[in-house]
This record gives sequence, C-alpha cells and structure tokens, in this order.
Amino acid sequence: MFKKSISTFILFLLTISYAYGDKVKVGMITTLSGGGSGLGIDIRDGFALAVKDEPNIEIISGDDQRKPDIAVQLADKMIQSDKVDIITGIVWSNLAMAVVPAVVNQGKFYLSPNAGPSLLAGKKCHKNYFNIAWQNDNLHEAAGGYASSAGFKNSFIIAPNYPAGKDALTGYKRYFKGSIENEVYTKLGQTDYAAEIAKIRASNADSVYFFLPGGMGIAFIKQFSQAQVDLPLVGPAFSFDQGILKAVGNAALGVKNTSQWSKDIENAENKKFVEDFQSAYGRLPSLYASQGYDTGKIIVSAMANASIKDMDAFREALKNAPSQGFKSTRGKFSFSSNHHPIQDIYVREVVEENGTLTNKLISSGLVDHSNFYVDQCKM
Amino acid sequence: MSLQLFIEQLLNGIQFGFMLFLMSAGLTLIFGVMGLINLAHGSFFMIGAFSASFVAGLTGNFFLAILASLIFPALIGIMVEFSIIRKLYERDHLDQVLATFALILIFSEATRYIFGAFPLFLDIPNILQGNILLPGEIVYSKYRLIIIIIGLFIALGLYFLINRTLLGIQIKAGQNDRQMIRVLGINISRLYTIVFAMGAALAGLAGALIGAIQSVEVGMGEPVLILAFVVIVIGGIGSIKGALIGALLIGVLDTMARLFLPIFFELIMETSQALSLGSSLASMSAYLLMALVLIFRPTGLFGKK
Repeated sequence: MFKKSISTFILFLLTISYAYGDKVKVGMITTLSGGGSGLGIDIRDGFALAVKDEPNIEIISGDDQRKPDIAVQLADKMIQSDKVDIITGIVWSNLAMAVVPAVVNQGKFYLSPNAGPSLLAGKKCHKNYFNIAWQNDNLHEAAGGYASSAGFKNSFIIAPNYPAGKDALTGYKRYFKGSIENEVYTKLGQTDYAAEIAKIRASNADSVYFFLPGGMGIAFIKQFSQAQVDLPLVGPAFSFDQGILKAVGNAALGVKNTSQWSKDIENAENKKFVEDFQSAYGRLPSLYASQGYDTGKIIVSAMANASIKDMDAFREALKNAPSQGFKSTRGKFSFSSNHHPIQDIYVREVVEENGTLTNKLISSGLVDHSNFYVDQCKM
Repeated sequence: MSLQLFIEQLLNGIQFGFMLFLMSAGLTLIFGVMGLINLAHGSFFMIGAFSASFVAGLTGNFFLAILASLIFPALIGIMVEFSIIRKLYERDHLDQVLATFALILIFSEATRYIFGAFPLFLDIPNILQGNILLPGEIVYSKYRLIIIIIGLFIALGLYFLINRTLLGIQIKAGQNDRQMIRVLGINISRLYTIVFAMGAALAGLAGALIGAIQSVEVGMGEPVLILAFVVIVIGGIGSIKGALIGALLIGVLDTMARLFLPIFFELIMETSQALSLGSSLASMSAYLLMALVLIFRPTGLFGKK
C-alpha cells in the first residue's frame, strides 16, 4: 500500500500532459529515481526533445524505480486507465522481460529505446515489438571482433550473473577468435572487484573484456587502474558514456569501447541532435539520449504516414520509417525481419578534449550488423 | 593457486570486513542503545561519500575530504535525530521502519536534486595509488592496506570508548536498562544524540573510503546496509565485538566463496554450469551463514540471551 501510494505520488509529479488533441498517447516507463536514474532521465529527455514540435503526441511518464513489479503496475495503469497507444522507455532487460510480452499481447506497441534481450529478438519476438537501440549481444559482438583484429589472443572476460551478462559474454565469444583464459560472473550490483582483479593479475590473459553497466563499471575501471594491472581493457559503450566518464576520471583514458552511436558521427541529424540537446538541457547527450531521440523521431515519422487507429498500417509505417523520412542520429539504420536495427557498430577510444574526457571514433567495427536471432523469430 | 594469491584474497576479505564493521558498528549501537531500527543508516554512507567527493572537488585534498565525510554525516545525523528520530524511540518497530524508509527516499532524492543523477568523481591520492610489496612476495594495494589499518584503529578506539570512558559506561547502561539510567539522572536525550551522530559519522567515513575505489552515486548505501544488517544479526544485536567478528566473518567468507566455489564446482561438473552455480552460491554465502547462526544461536554469536 505504502509503496503504491509513493509511486502514484511520484507518477503524479512526473506526469507531463500536453493540452493537445488525443492523437497518439505514449507511455514512458523509465528509471527516474534512485540508482541508474541517469540513464532513464536521458532517455526521457532525448525522447521529449524529438517530439517537442509534434503537438499530437501526449507523453504520460512514470518512474519504475528500476523495479520489475513497479514497471508492471505502471504498464497496467497506462494501458487500462490512460489508454496509451505506445509504451516505451524501459532501460533494463529484466524489466523489459516483465513488461513487454504483456503490453504487446494487449494490442499495444512497445518501442524499446534500450533493452534488447535475446528472447525478445528470438523465440518471443512479436509484431508489435520494435527495438530502436540494439539487440543486447550487438556491442559485445563488435568488441569481440575488435579484440581479434587488435591481435589479442587470450581474454579474461567478466560480467554480472544475470541474463544480459550472459548475452554479453556470449556475444563477445561469438566474434572473438582467440581463446578465453577465464570467464567470471559476478553478483549483480557488486562494487568491489579486488578478488577478481587479483585473479586477472595472476592469469596469463593478454586482454580483459568486461560488461558491468552503471556503478559496477565505474568501480571496476577505477580499481583495475589503481591495481596497476598492465593489460588492455575493452568494454561496451555503457561504461564509457558521457555521464560516467566524469566519475571514472583518467582511469578510462585510452580504453577502447564499442558503440552504435557517438557524438562525433558525421551527419546532419546527429549534429542537430547534439546541439539541440546541449542547448535544451545544458549537458552533452549520452548514447541513451540518442536512443530516446531516435525512438521519438520514429514515432513522429510513422504518424506522418499512418493513423494510430489502424494498427496494421501504423506497424508498417514504423517498420518502413527508415525509408520514409526517419533519419537516425547514427546514420545508416534499417529494421531486420525481427524488428531490430541493422546498423554499423563503431570502435571508440576515450580521449581528453579541452579538459573533458570524451570518446573519439577510431574505426567501424561491424558494418550493417544485424542480430543472431533473426532466424529464431517466427512472426 | 599460489599461496600469494590466497593471502592477497584473504587480505581483500579482511578489508571488506572492516568496511562492513564501520557500517554495522553504528547500526548495532543505535539499535542496542535506543532500540531503533534505522534503515536510513545507508543514507549516511552515501552522504559521507558525496561530502567527500564535493570537498575533494573543491580543495583537491583527500584528507580534508575524509574529514568532511565524518563531519557532514554527523551534523545531518544530529539534525535528523533532533527533528524526527527522537519521536520514534517510543514507537514500535514497524513505525520506525516506515519512517526511516521514508528518510531513505528523502535523502536519495535530495542528493539527486543537489548533485544530479550521474555518479560523482572521487579518487584516492597519488601517494596511495598502486601496490606495496609485503613480506613473502605478496603484492597488495596500498590503499586497501590503509583501510585495514583505519578499521583496526577504529575498532580499538571503540573498544576503549565503551570500556574505559564515562560515555561508554552510559552506553552500556543504556543497552541494559533504559529506564534505570534515566532515573539515575543521566541526560538520556544527549546520550542518544551522541550515539546517533557517532553512528552516522562512522557510516559516512565508510562511504568516503569506499567511494574512492567504487562509484559515488545515489542509492550506493542500500546494498551495504543489507549486509550490515546481516552482520549485526550474526554478531548479536547491540554488541560491538559481535559486529567486528561478524563483519570479518562475512568479509572473508564472501571473498573466499567468490574465489573457490566456481573452482570447486568445476571439479564435479561442466565449466559453464560450474561458473554460474558457483557464483550464484557465492552471492548467497553471507545469508547462508546467517541462517546457520540463527539455527544454532538465535541471538547471534555475542547477543544477550
């Protein structure tokens, strides 16, 4: 009861209502308070920026507090009493697994601006589910490919013990040609890696790959650097994002990481996005913000070509958005048959630019990359 | 596995244990003396880390930052004790849980409002970066060694305080019989404020010391708080000695389980299953120990019967 009234209260505070016609109602369920809220806030802000000139979109937003049960409650409320047409916003794979199947089975669209668990791309894919960010394995596959091309032969790999962690290491191994010295799964939320770093030091590995999102990654990089283990570190973009780099400090300098987006990808849409985001919110956008922005722009594009009242037409308009006016901040973008992006995944390096740590593109890792689960999806 | 690696891991476990001790010492004192279940204790851990990060950012001096991590949480502790906690001593535990849970939400969102949603930066000073060579060719992090030493000093200091000072006698008397020390004319509300502030300062110090090697972010205190509760249940509620032994037990057990369980299971099953099962079981180890202790000694190792 108590938890419920708190979440209703927060919901009330965060509900943004636009006083326009009721054309398309979007439910934004994302993490806005507590640990990990930086990610959700960026997705929400990126999305809001993308749709700010579209008077026919109404956003109802709610804070899931990174808890699956609250996310499910919010989705039920948004579908039943707010009558939303589209739900989006969820950051975490475990929350997405709890919410998405119920949403799409009730005849609503779900557009994922972040989480892309393998199950939703494969066996449990659905015609109403679109992923605008990536399938979970993608950035890790690119990292494995990069590690091979950089000449690494023997990797020590580490991830948290939960579905996305296993997807991550599977993705890395799928594209890494060398051998795996050791594979370590840590507790989700663990922030002390002394034991694991001692193991790394004692091993014969020539490279370390880690997937530790949020505070876990900050802790790992700092401790790894403090322990002065002299091995190259590779990771996905999540641990080297704009918001995180400040907290990691110089320990991140020179680390190679993989991302589908970077603020220095050259195209008009990206330039406009980075400038608009900075002037609207006074900070550099993160990859989460870019994903939220692209999600908003896809909806705007679909609305121009179909009415939400006709679900089949709207679904086609979403699917064909990349060829009907939607321009991604990442440049090339299209959907695979299981509604996940086909896109380039880049390798970036952490550099210092005018006293601020940021990322610089150094090469394109995987070109026109789709996902492994296309064949498992029967729509 | 070499002996050096084993000893290094043992030291890691002890270091983790001392961190838990700093958290649980305050928690157990507050519960023992005032009978208060303080869920907001983890917030002081967070406040300590944020004050340290803020002061380090302003002055660039890590030692001032550590000082701030003691002072700010203590001051905020005093304010909160005065305004809110004081009204909770006579209420039942459910009310205390409810009110201190509300404090967690208020502290977390206030911190996010002031410092933003992204983690802050706090690093250890250059002089403490890197490793030191201990006897027997053991390479160990200087900073973690310092944490162990600070933990030892604080344990000794608390022992001295409880057993050799007037304040300590009052604390012990308060644990035994709250009514009686009030009747004896001791200013009980001052004693409560001091104990609460002390607990908050210790949690703040732990937050700053750990914040420098982990990430300073909103909500960082709650996972530690859960383990600190496990520690005081194992050690016996109200006992500082119990908190120390419990914390070291949990610290060493957790580290060793993470190291050895996957290796152990690899002997009897296929690698990928072994890794997954081993690491799952390792993250449960602290709770399994708690369950065991509760079966054989329901009041904890050093709890009152």
